[in-house]
Amino acid sequence: MDVKETVLSILNDLTGSDVSGAMDDNLFDSGLLDSMGSVQLLLQLQSQLGVNVPVSEFERSEWDTPNKIIAKVESLA
Amino acid sequence: MLSFEPYGNPTYFALLGVALLPLMIGLLYGKRSRLYETLISIFFLILTFGGPKWTQGIALIIYILYEVALTWGYAVYRKQKNSGPVFYLMVILAILPLTIVKVTPAVENGQASLIGFLGISYLTFRAVQTMMETRDGTLKDYNIMTFLQFMLFFPTISSGPIDRYRRFEQDYRTVPSREKYLGMIQKGVRYIFVGFLYKFLLAYYFGTILMPKLQIMAMHSRGGFMDLSWPVLGYMYAYSADLFFDFAGYSLFAVGTSYLMGIETPMNFKQPWRSPNIKDFWNRWHITLSFWFRDFIYMRLVFWFMKHRMFKSPRTTANVTYIINMLVMGFWHGVTWYYITYGLFHGVALVVNDAWLRYKKKHRESVPHNRFTQLFAIFLTANLVCFSFLIFSGFLNTLWFTK
Repeated sequence: MDVKETVLSILNDLTGSDVSGAMDDNLFDSGLLDSMGSVQLLLQLQSQLGVNVPVSEFERSEWDTPNKIIAKVESLA
Repeated sequence: MLSFEPYGNPTYFALLGVALLPLMIGLLYGKRSRLYETLISIFFLILTFGGPKWTQGIALIIYILYEVALTWGYAVYRKQKNSGPVFYLMVILAILPLTIVKVTPAVENGQASLIGFLGISYLTFRAVQTMMETRDGTLKDYNIMTFLQFMLFFPTISSGPIDRYRRFEQDYRTVPSREKYLGMIQKGVRYIFVGFLYKFLLAYYFGTILMPKLQIMAMHSRGGFMDLSWPVLGYMYAYSADLFFDFAGYSLFAVGTSYLMGIETPMNFKQPWRSPNIKDFWNRWHITLSFWFRDFIYMRLVFWFMKHRMFKSPRTTANVTYIINMLVMGFWHGVTWYYITYGLFHGVALVVNDAWLRYKKKHRESVPHNRFTQLFAIFLTANLVCFSFLIFSGFLNTLWFTK
């Protein structure tokens, strides 16, 4: 699986909804992600993709849509 | 010697205007004079911490040297090694002065600690944040001079907003383009004038005119169930309005002044009374503080709990951490029963809020959602918040435990 698919499957698990149809929607504004969800996302990225993101690297505005998250992870992978 | 509360009276604003003018002309021509900025910073710090308050000034100087030594020492150490215990020790040392200042009145019959000064909390937040980002490796080029400017940035020194080292540094090292800076001046001036309206008209009316009257009425109406009466309810609303207009007004001055200096200090309030729930309220009220708690306490604790599998479900992890997070916030306000109860109240409110949001998500079809429910949610949230501020005000302490 490539990064995009993995990130999408993590997001689907975390939010309980399919986000692949709304790649530029703000996940925090819609209430699908919150601080708790963000931490779970970081932990999953670590265990599934081996991408290490410290909490202080998590600037909400850079991680608020599926597309932005994928771009971020790709830049770090 | 002259001595002022920051943004306390017209003379302060007049001095501010005169001092900022050369700096603003410089920025318009694309120049930032470090020397001049440092000089006016020192001038305004002396106005705030000098004269009759010189003991606070001494406390501030010693405190700053202490925090510089810690953050600089840790930054040097972190380049070589990265041990957990060393990091925890440094954080404990960094918050030690603040802890002493907060605990002293509780154990010394209300007497203030000698090492305290106006704004020590806000400086501690900045120092600890710098240290945590150094640990994470996100802050690599710690610089003592930048750190000093960041800590002692006079517009925000007494009560925030709490900026972040890397964000501040970025603004501080650059000069905004003329077009952008003109926009910032416009905004800054507008913020300061809205601040006047909030602090000197509305907060004055609610806090200085209305509140004392309601307080006397409430004290005379004691004797009923838990000494409650209509004036207590009035006091709750007047106090909440005063708290908001006073602090939002101050924050607008601080942000406005920062903008005039070409620094985009983050905003502290974003229409908090429109929040449809408590969770959203904390995204809109005293934002730089609640985000600090979110990023440096809540998320870190959750991360640690999950990594070490402390609790079975993520839900329990979130709930336990909400309570801890808000209790710490309560203690930070001071070691009194009402601040701690206030923290606990908000912790529980967040837990209940989350449970409700989950329920709503699951039963999307059966839970009505329309303009009326939306208005009701806003009304309920605002009233819950005002009730929590009544606890916070300490007035219940006066009502119940004084003769």
